[in-house]
Amino acid sequence: MKKDDKAYWKMTLRLLGIILAVWIFVSLGLSIIFAQELNKINLGGYPLGFWFAQQGSIYTFIALIFIYAWIMNKIDRNFDVHEE
Amino acid sequence: MSLEMTTYIVVGLTFLLYISIAVWSRAKSTKDYYVAGGNVGPITNGMATAADWMSAASFISMAGMVANMGYGGSVFLMGWTGGYVLLAMLLAPYLRKFGKFTVPQFIRERFYSRSAASVAVLSLLAASLTYIIGQMTGVGVAFSRFLGVSSDVGIYIGMGIVFTYAVFGGMKGITYTQVAQFLVLISAFLVPAIFISFQLTGNPIPQLGLGSRLTETNVYLLERLNEVVTDLGFKEYTTTYAGSKLNMTLFTLSLMIGTAGLPHVIMRFFTVPSVKAARISAGWTLVFIAMLYTTAPAVGAMAKYNLHRTITPGIAIEEVDLFEPEAHLLGEERPDWMERWEATGLLRWEDKNQDGRIQYYNDQSDDEEFLAKAEAAGWEGNELEVNADIIVLANPEIAMLPNWIIALVAAGGLASALSTAAGLLIAISSSISHDLVKGIFMPKLSDKGELIVGRIAMTLSIILAGWLGLNPPGFAAGTVALAFGIAACSLFPALMMGIFFKKMNKEGATAGMLAGLAVTLFYVFAHKGIFFIQGTTFTHLIGGENSFFGLTPEAIGVVGAAVNFTVALIVSKFTKEPPEYIQALIENVRLPRGAKHVDGSH
Repeated sequence: MKKDDKAYWKMTLRLLGIILAVWIFVSLGLSIIFAQELNKINLGGYPLGFWFAQQGSIYTFIALIFIYAWIMNKIDRNFDVHEE
Repeated sequence: MSLEMTTYIVVGLTFLLYISIAVWSRAKSTKDYYVAGGNVGPITNGMATAADWMSAASFISMAGMVANMGYGGSVFLMGWTGGYVLLAMLLAPYLRKFGKFTVPQFIRERFYSRSAASVAVLSLLAASLTYIIGQMTGVGVAFSRFLGVSSDVGIYIGMGIVFTYAVFGGMKGITYTQVAQFLVLISAFLVPAIFISFQLTGNPIPQLGLGSRLTETNVYLLERLNEVVTDLGFKEYTTTYAGSKLNMTLFTLSLMIGTAGLPHVIMRFFTVPSVKAARISAGWTLVFIAMLYTTAPAVGAMAKYNLHRTITPGIAIEEVDLFEPEAHLLGEERPDWMERWEATGLLRWEDKNQDGRIQYYNDQSDDEEFLAKAEAAGWEGNELEVNADIIVLANPEIAMLPNWIIALVAAGGLASALSTAAGLLIAISSSISHDLVKGIFMPKLSDKGELIVGRIAMTLSIILAGWLGLNPPGFAAGTVALAFGIAACSLFPALMMGIFFKKMNKEGATAGMLAGLAVTLFYVFAHKGIFFIQGTTFTHLIGGENSFFGLTPEAIGVVGAAVNFTVALIVSKFTKEPPEYIQALIENVRLPRGAKHVDGSH
């Protein structure tokens, strides 16, 4: 593997790690494990933990994919491995 | 115009649309047939994948399951959406770069092994076939409920419709019909939701309505709903877990990993023109899925509230005591829609205490005081059985919406079942024609010959699926757990390790898949019977039901996946490294540059 390719893969893995950490934290953390505590806070008529479980986590998933795609395209260009 | 006539016209128009698309999009090559020509735009693919993904279960049953389970129902909402993050980042772009027609073909070439590919083909067939049983029965049920034909006739009509566009158009015909089906099903789901949200809360956006105050009492909807259900002896709506906290966590995770590993979803990303398009297309897919998945919890809660208010009018009025007779609806005054749905058996009222009124409450409540009061008031058990599907099916009638909306819901239910069935059928038939016939038995088959084999495989798959729908094995209800479990414990880890662990070899991958499958099948079969045959459960051998940390069989997929990863890593340490050219292949797959259009050559 060329040196640049190694660096590219390392950057990719770091991005994946960060996104997956947020993914786990919001879906399993805020929505399930810490839901009881968060439910003491209200978002309009929604208890916050319940909101994350039935609304917020899904919005977060969408945001994560678009952020991933956007950053990944930039990384591709920086390392000059993007598609022509 | 009568409701039945309106429904026939609306459903007939949508079918006409699907068949017109089928005529326009005939497949001319295997590339058209397997990957829709390989140049489907990311947004188009997003809509098609969303329709493929959202089955009759999502459209008809999910809102009702959330209504029944309350907060615990979030496992489906998160589990069936969260997997797309994994798919977008870990699988879709790399499998697209690899550029072949089917999922087992990746396993076969990456692990340079026919036996690994055979395990993958078997997993794919097992997951897709168990999944399709539910779709075919769903098609039959939707037809019989909405159009007044028998369920069997419904399945024959459904098979005929799918046949016209799947056999001639392959993936191309399926993709473009699915775009139309997505538009039909999403409007059918959103229109009644907007009406009901506006009626109850004055806010037409259901996602906001669920967090708003009720117009009539100025109390928050969820707060009021919590009071209503606890007054009737049910558990609080917004806090009740699905099993234990651990079970809910692992159940959600299993559904997510399973979603990312389902072949009929993965193969959609072979149809887009580039790696970049594969990444963004997963995002669009989730946008379209979320339109339904964020609306469903609002529909569930609102319809549940409406239902309780209708059956137990006293529950919403402060001055009336719940345990006075007047608090409950008189049977003969019940609305027309109840009688209509009673005819289908989805709703059943039995006047146990012969007082002419309907007592709808939780007679299995843990609240002793509540049960004592109920008994003193002369209630002799819950008198109303409500099938979860009612929440969506009867929603427009409960909210007294016009006939054309009821007809639209019928068309939407049919669109959801047909689109998912077609997506599964292309996964099954392409695996048979491309991985088995071309890959193993007849490697010299020409493109033209393979197209014919593909069409024959599709025809046989439709007949098999129809037969399974007409004679559903008694276990149909338990099979979804199995489909997701298999995808999570065998396919997802093998694909992921194929991309991310360069040193993973064929021995490791094969052993991992087999070990994951063994653990998952063992636990599912212990609870549901060996191959789902009644009377062959063996939970006593493993120390009782849900004995493994209190996990339900639905939640076991993630444990199977963990076993798969562990076994694969250990075995690969002690066996020969993959050959040099495979390692070079993986390095190449990781870089987007040079992505070609997909082709199927072995």
